[in-house]
Amino acid sequence: MLISIASGKGGTGKTALTLLLAAAHSDINVVDGDVEEPNCHLFLKPKSEGQRKDVTIMVPNIDADRCNGCGACAEVCLFNAIAITGGKALIFDELCHSCGGCMLKCPQDAIVEQRKSIGVITCGDSTTISSTRLMSGVLKIGVPSGVPLIKAIKKEAQGIVGDVLFDCPPGTSCSMVSAVKESDFCILVTEPTSFGKHDLELAMNITQLLEIDTGVVINKSDGGAGDEAIEAICRNRQIPVLAKIPYSLSFAREYSAGIIANDYQAIAKDIWRQIRPGGRAEA
Amino acid sequence: MKELVIVSGKGGTGKTSISAALAFLAPQKVIVDCDVDAANFHLVSGAVVRQTHTFTAGFEPVVDSKVCTQCGKCSDLCRFEAIRAGVITASLNCEGCGVCAFNCPEHAISMQEKQAGQWFVSDTRFGSLIHAELGLAIENSGKLVSKVRQEAKRIAGVKKLPLVIIDGPPGIGCPAIAAISGANLALAVVEPSLSGMHDLQRLWELTRHFQLPLAVCINKATLNSTNTHTIIEWCNKQEVPIVGKIPYNDVFRNALQTEKTVMEIPNDEVQEQVLELWYNLSNLLGVVPTNSIMNRLFHKMNTITNK
Repeated sequence: MLISIASGKGGTGKTALTLLLAAAHSDINVVDGDVEEPNCHLFLKPKSEGQRKDVTIMVPNIDADRCNGCGACAEVCLFNAIAITGGKALIFDELCHSCGGCMLKCPQDAIVEQRKSIGVITCGDSTTISSTRLMSGVLKIGVPSGVPLIKAIKKEAQGIVGDVLFDCPPGTSCSMVSAVKESDFCILVTEPTSFGKHDLELAMNITQLLEIDTGVVINKSDGGAGDEAIEAICRNRQIPVLAKIPYSLSFAREYSAGIIANDYQAIAKDIWRQIRPGGRAEA
Repeated sequence: MKELVIVSGKGGTGKTSISAALAFLAPQKVIVDCDVDAANFHLVSGAVVRQTHTFTAGFEPVVDSKVCTQCGKCSDLCRFEAIRAGVITASLNCEGCGVCAFNCPEHAISMQEKQAGQWFVSDTRFGSLIHAELGLAIENSGKLVSKVRQEAKRIAGVKKLPLVIIDGPPGIGCPAIAAISGANLALAVVEPSLSGMHDLQRLWELTRHFQLPLAVCINKATLNSTNTHTIIEWCNKQEVPIVGKIPYNDVFRNALQTEKTVMEIPNDEVQEQVLELWYNLSNLLGVVPTNSIMNRLFHKMNTITNK
């Protein structure tokens, strides 16, 4: 089962919940899909197995001897990644979406594709939580889109036998969509503030569009009006509230030092019980 | 005119709370919310939308089924598994590259402009706010970020306002790059957690990549004093100025719950630190922090000296 953990708003506790769920499972794979700012390794402290996979995309390369500057490539590039200067085509890698359209149109066969590295995928066994393996994607600094890397790590994750927790990037844009896509269940982590509520609704729109079974975890729960506002949204949309994790300064302190406190084992076990096939709570 | 962009790398460190507090203090400014896929600034500032604009970006294929012969060339050429013999099977996979349209032997596919969201000009308690709402599961968030920033600069120019405050997105990808590129100063709001420190390192590398000056504000500084100390040492080593140290305080949660800024809820400890942050930032930017703030700071310094 592939479970994605997403949020909309950042800092609501995606990674914390991922780690709590991992600790409450007897044999689990954690995948860090927040490739711009991956953090799971800071807590799981994996011992590297030496597996490091370079992830590349294909970008066009111009053969200056063959290019006659006709501009056919620039004309079909809808991402404005090609300009004609000094009678030759010039490629702006950062804007390229690797569609191959320019290569198809070049009458001179002056374009060949070459690999460009955008990041790495690393794997290792956790030294802090037993029977837990971590796979992380790390985007190279300055590379604009993490989407190809997220797609690559998602593909690896789908090949894993057993339960997988997929820690997603924040927001609701293309990175989050590609991380959540094709998961069997999505847990949206929120907090009882107006920001948390607003962004939760945006994230719910995405999982609805993708037709993914969804549940909500209210983190930093205040046990009051803030929680109720979130619960009302969930009722309206018939999305179950899987758990409420109380606001705790001591948890935040331990978390800041890279330690996952054992405080919420029972809550995590209860979430697992609810999201297992056949065991899901009704909204 | 100066552009101050508030970023963080890690989400939830307090970008919007700090941006709102700075917007409360800065006398003359335009505010722009560049977190276009999860915008929140309008919630804390009592925004009333005055103008709504459609944002178009990118393209999507439209197939004329009467002309299409289902030859399957588009399926062969599409690298995103979005189209099969003239039928768009997975529109969310489509990147809008046009390879299907430009190579269709029957010319049955055309590329049409796509509505990618909306952007707004609003009035708030702190002046004009430019913000946006990205369409559902749409790409091009970076372009929308550039659009709202450009509009904010235009308005600041027309109204002759000296400062644009940019509430930035988390991460270091395209929206973050679009939000920081060409700004005068990036303020990183950092929390003293291992995650926060790790993400600061990557954000710093990004600002160096784009040759942008960076300053650091440590938020929730009292949450972990060992880590706060490590951040200070790191900043000193990298010659990154620390312009603020805000203590961990429940006033931030209360402010969020009541849709106010921390400057509007009585709390001396936090307010003095935010004042100092704004004073340091205005110094770095070369904008006037207003006299009343100088007076409050002088008052504070006198109190300390008298002790």
